[in-house]
Amino acid sequence: MTSTPPHMDPSAQMNLDTLTTTVGEWLRGTGPESDIVMSSRVRLARNLAQYPFVSRASEQDRAEIEKFLRERIALVPAGKELHSIDVGHLEEVDRQFLVERQLISRELAEAQGARSVAIDGREQVSLMINEEDHLRIQCMHSGLDLQGVWNQIRVVDDQIEQAVPYAFHPRWGYLTACPTNVGTGIRVSVMLHLPALVITRQIDKVFRSLHKISLAVRGLYGEGSQAMGDFYQISNQTTLGKTEEELLEQVGDVVPVLIDYERRAREFLVRETQQNVHDQVSRAYGILRTAQTITAEETMQLLSRVRMGVLLGLIGGVDISAINVLLVRTQPAHLQKLRGLELDTKDRNIERARYLRQHFDGNGPKAAAN
Amino acid sequence: MKCQQCDKPAVFHITELEAAEVRELHLCEDHARVYLNQSEAAGGPPEPKPKGGGLTAPLGVGQTADELAALDQKACDMCGITFFEFRNQGRLGCPHDYVHFEKELEPLIANIHGATQHTGRRPSRPTAPGEPLPEGTESLTAVIGMRTGMQEAIECEDYERAKELRDRIRDTEQHWLERPTE
Repeated sequence: MTSTPPHMDPSAQMNLDTLTTTVGEWLRGTGPESDIVMSSRVRLARNLAQYPFVSRASEQDRAEIEKFLRERIALVPAGKELHSIDVGHLEEVDRQFLVERQLISRELAEAQGARSVAIDGREQVSLMINEEDHLRIQCMHSGLDLQGVWNQIRVVDDQIEQAVPYAFHPRWGYLTACPTNVGTGIRVSVMLHLPALVITRQIDKVFRSLHKISLAVRGLYGEGSQAMGDFYQISNQTTLGKTEEELLEQVGDVVPVLIDYERRAREFLVRETQQNVHDQVSRAYGILRTAQTITAEETMQLLSRVRMGVLLGLIGGVDISAINVLLVRTQPAHLQKLRGLELDTKDRNIERARYLRQHFDGNGPKAAAN
Repeated sequence: MKCQQCDKPAVFHITELEAAEVRELHLCEDHARVYLNQSEAAGGPPEPKPKGGGLTAPLGVGQTADELAALDQKACDMCGITFFEFRNQGRLGCPHDYVHFEKELEPLIANIHGATQHTGRRPSRPTAPGEPLPEGTESLTAVIGMRTGMQEAIECEDYERAKELRDRIRDTEQHWLERPTE
């Protein structure tokens, strides 16, 4: 289902079909605090000084921007480790596949005209060209590792900056299409799994506190997405007037507090309502192992409960990283890529249930190939 | 957006129509209550107090419909986007808009970020002599205007002009790419 983009040597083209057999960085289930923190991510918004922003650019401008950035980035050391994918020529299912792996945004998937993404083999770095801004640099690590992510993305940004003229103003910083990103152009986000705070109905209180300190809460797939399966992304809202390090600190400081709240809520559940929690987790596990048809939303919700059950020691012999993998492989495009067929919603729900039964074969899900 | 009377978030957005004039008010819950009660008692809306630094004036608050219309028609001399188009789309047209619409954007950016001065990283390329901007910024910004001009020339079938602009764009970009680096 992967098309060969016209600008790429086919041998250099990353084969999306092979990605279905590997695990993206945020699903590895490793890194500090990975029982609660799924991933740490930083993205930088950058634009070229000599072109109009994407929404104002002509079709020809967009093609030139894409070519210019792709070719210039390929010259820098960090760029040599990346594989470029021509998103504009991908089929819809492949675009959706990249969204589900968090390698591109929904906005890039749904945009028009020339656009591409360059990804490294470990799926830690992705560079989106012609999203809302000319260039969006993203770096993602498993678990809580904001400093590691920042150290990595800073090097990539510095190298690219030597090869292309970024639009910059001494007062407004890095100039972006939307004034909400101007200045540092940085979005620091941490994805957390907070099922116990949801069950104990403390989550709204926590989110209200976060809003008061200018932090945003989003769902699994970023802006505008619903929180599915008790997964939430916490990120900075402002980008101007603070340094990148201060903004990293703003998000980084709150994460240990959230981890502590979630751990306490989990302890409370085990201490005060163990039978109920055990029942909820076991029922979720039972449905996943026996269902004949199941939606992506229900799967996410049930996997979330099982994930918590494993971490609380209520379910044995199940590997957390395998559950992480199931979270993404049961998404619509992944299922279709794994099956090698385009499936409608009804058939996807049947296929999803079959896939889950196959993996939960009585001994818990098998660890996925990495 | 902050309340025009205090630092709380504005949750009431009131548009007053007086004769041919339109006036917008953005107030927190407390000040909206006071404002609406005064309006009822006096039979008309009170004047909002100007806020520190005159930040509300460029937002169009208290301006007449004619003044707002004139502001909306203001267009960037590089990409051609009008302030009206930006207000509708929420996206700017090119980097130069931050200079061209600086007065209009300042209160908006202050409300979003609570700041109007970048303090983070800067490009390491040197600044032009006597200029705070990174080297080449002015000529590269001018390229955006040349692209707009080239598009217009093509539409008018003035291919000679289009070719001339295309060559100038290429030369400017080439000059930047071939600049001496450390």
